[in-house]
Amino acid sequence: MTVQELIDSDMFEVVNEGSDTDRDISKVFCCDLLSIAMGKGIADAAWVTVMGNINTLAVMSLTDMACIILAEGARMDDPGMAKARQQGFTILRTDEPIFDAGLKIHERIQ
Amino acid sequence: MTPANIAGMAMIKGLQAVALTDHNTARNCPAFLKHCEAYGLIGLPGMELTTSEEVHVVCLFARLDKALAFDEYVHEHLIKVPNRKEYFGEQIIRDENDDPIGEEPYFLPNATDISFDDVYDLLKGFDGFMIPAHLDKTSTSLISNLGFVPPDSRFKCFELHKMENLHRLRKANPYLEKCKVICDSDAHYLENIHEAEFKLLVEEVTPEGIIEALGQGM
Repeated sequence: MTVQELIDSDMFEVVNEGSDTDRDISKVFCCDLLSIAMGKGIADAAWVTVMGNINTLAVMSLTDMACIILAEGARMDDPGMAKARQQGFTILRTDEPIFDAGLKIHERIQ
Repeated sequence: MTPANIAGMAMIKGLQAVALTDHNTARNCPAFLKHCEAYGLIGLPGMELTTSEEVHVVCLFARLDKALAFDEYVHEHLIKVPNRKEYFGEQIIRDENDDPIGEEPYFLPNATDISFDDVYDLLKGFDGFMIPAHLDKTSTSLISNLGFVPPDSRFKCFELHKMENLHRLRKANPYLEKCKVICDSDAHYLENIHEAEFKLLVEEVTPEGIIEALGQGM
């Protein structure tokens, strides 16, 4: 499944569409500590997290993850939004818990 | 931002006391304190520690040797991930002429394996003073990351990013009622260094006097 297909599935709300939506999603990655995500983040993963800040985006970029899904109703803060728009990062969100959101994506990419 | 520029800007802004609190290191403090002295400022060495919970805690010291000893300890406990300059910038250590004398290869703002619960006693061993940082921020703060002030906490002072959040935070976290609160620049760029807005009443206008006053609580 590509990022665009995930957007089009309407499973999640689109916060920022992003500019690299043709890329494939390889896996789901769940983590809420940046220090761990930095070392263990998986390239081309859909990252499900509650951390809505600019540092999350830096780590996403560094580990080359495909997109971010903010779960549990989490929101991206203003500096994060500015960065997402500027850099073209895909950010989605949901009120669902992390596992549920991750599972939905996982089931679609099997 | 270099040690000399920070001290210079602080002087221009009319500040009296300035602390340098780089993430997880105090190695620019020797140069910084020399410039503070030259400018007639009271310089405090310190750092902003990242705990294992990714909570930021400002650590202040009256003495440079204690700050540097703590720096060595923290460095041993830093979770080491190579710094990526293209994302996070350079991590340069400078001498009193602002010349680079070293570079830190590991990403400094990363978590250490020091838990928030252990910080109070750990710092006491280094004659340091802890100030949980920017409690009102939505990430890297004690409240955002733990959700509450641990009931067995012993810190006497906390920092806010915006003083207007004081009432709301104290109401939600009664522990904070007995703490002194500070609001400071937390400047990552020179232009963000505050004007001289806030005053602290001290018995003695020295680093010791400042830390003593911050530790008085309410």
